[in-house]
Amino acid sequence: MSAVVESAVPATSQRPAPVAVPAPAVAVAAPVVEASPRMPARRRPPLLGRPRVQRVVYPLLVGVVLVALWQIAVTAMELPPYLVPSPLLMMQTLVTDWVPLGNALLVTLKITLLSFAVATVAGVLISFLFVQSKRIETALFPYAVLLQVTPIVAVAPLIIIWVRNPTAAMTICAALVALFPIISNTTLGLRSVDPDLQAYFRLNRATRWQQLVRLRIPSALPYFFGGLRISSGLALIGAVVAEFVAGTGGSGAGLAYQILQAGFQLNIPRMFAALLLISLTGVALFAAMAWLTQRALGGWHASELSQD
Amino acid sequence: MNVPPPAYAKPAVEVLSAEKTYPNGTQALLPVDLTIAEGEFVTLLGPSGCGKSTLLKMVAGMLEPTDGRLLVWRKPVQQIDASGRRMAFVFQSPTLMPWASVRTNVRLPLDLAGVPRGEGDARVDEVLALVGLDRFAAALPSALSGGMQMRVSIARGLVTRPDLLLMDEPFGALDEITRHKLDAELLALWREKKLTVIFVTHSIHEAVFLSTRVVMMAARPGRVVEQFVIDEPHPRTADFMVSPQFSRHARRLQDSLLRASTEQVS
Repeated sequence: MSAVVESAVPATSQRPAPVAVPAPAVAVAAPVVEASPRMPARRRPPLLGRPRVQRVVYPLLVGVVLVALWQIAVTAMELPPYLVPSPLLMMQTLVTDWVPLGNALLVTLKITLLSFAVATVAGVLISFLFVQSKRIETALFPYAVLLQVTPIVAVAPLIIIWVRNPTAAMTICAALVALFPIISNTTLGLRSVDPDLQAYFRLNRATRWQQLVRLRIPSALPYFFGGLRISSGLALIGAVVAEFVAGTGGSGAGLAYQILQAGFQLNIPRMFAALLLISLTGVALFAAMAWLTQRALGGWHASELSQD
Repeated sequence: MNVPPPAYAKPAVEVLSAEKTYPNGTQALLPVDLTIAEGEFVTLLGPSGCGKSTLLKMVAGMLEPTDGRLLVWRKPVQQIDASGRRMAFVFQSPTLMPWASVRTNVRLPLDLAGVPRGEGDARVDEVLALVGLDRFAAALPSALSGGMQMRVSIARGLVTRPDLLLMDEPFGALDEITRHKLDAELLALWREKKLTVIFVTHSIHEAVFLSTRVVMMAARPGRVVEQFVIDEPHPRTADFMVSPQFSRHARRLQDSLLRASTEQVS
């Protein structure tokens, strides 16, 4: 064939993103900067016109406004700190009480990450088991659902009684909460192989192993990462719930215990500070997962293709 | 009406009363007898549902005939292995791995057959140059246009140096200009590499332009109704497409297609 070179254009006919993959966290907003008639059309957009900058600046602006309103409301209405502390007081508490709060953060983070790792490994292994045969999946899937629908708060006391080591008990509780999205998404992903590609592999006499490594696992990745994003948040929720139920104090106390204790002592600023740390942990986890997804799928999967 | 291949030529594909009925009773294809000689460019032409893809997939061994047999190089399809002569299949859509580079996609059949990496890469470079994509070896499929993706798919088909190329409406989703270009390139390749090609299409013009022989098929139930030899010299150029002979062939196929779609077999 002749060496005719076509211009490389971004493909618009990508396969639609799989349903189980959440949409990109932040939708790319339309440029806000009004195009003045004199502005040349193809110049690099100004700093605020770039979607990357907007993605950071816009939510930040909302945050600043909300915190300012909060501060003003507390000051103007003279709300007592034992009902609603001001953001300023919350930040002061965060600094003055950093030693217990920071330690508690480390404990909660440890349980969250441990349980997240356990859930990921176990979930992937169970998914591989499920896709081996439809019979295994049919027999076992209802139990996976059962695990998911039983509230962890109801099961946690039992686990805490059975498992002596509090860290292990709390890790199991949180892992149970985070497990299901990994199982369901990875199973779906391992089954969502382009039928034509599958036929092509068979036509070329690909072994089962070759099909798994070269076709099924890469096809499952977008679904798997979708599951990871959901599960990372659930692991944190699970860890906090487990801490509440376990109520462990002392050196092994997590952020949930700090909240409980602050509640008993009516130390509401400290409660808010602990709450802030939990929220920030969740956001950090989500951001880490989004970054990981971008690293793994950026460039080829429709959900992560650059829209800039 | 069955046009035999030239008597001296060796058969590449023999379809011996192969038929396909789906478990729900749908007759996808009535028994077909067809012999395709080495070096022929045979087009399966017909409306949707005439079983042309079914026939092609049976030749490839992707579908089992309900009854009858298919031989490729005088052997049952399932016994064709990687050591001997090879066939390649090109799908209607590019069917590439979106996560892998053009190079990895094209090397796939070699990797699956256990060809060493170095030798594989050399062959990939060769076929990528052939389809004019040597500058895009490292690109991901999503960075290429539809026509370029289709070329990658064809390169993947050619990298195993096949003797028989099976193509299922490969240019059906492309715009007309790109399609003409790829048609011409395919024809040049067929002459140069002395391939045997079975090509599925529903375009009369594409069939006349490409083929040495056209197998006309009809739907409900799917069947072969007529065959036409397009005995026009090669190389065929754009001039051929506006020649009176071209129109004459196109007209005959058109009439046959109309007849086939009006008369139903009981």
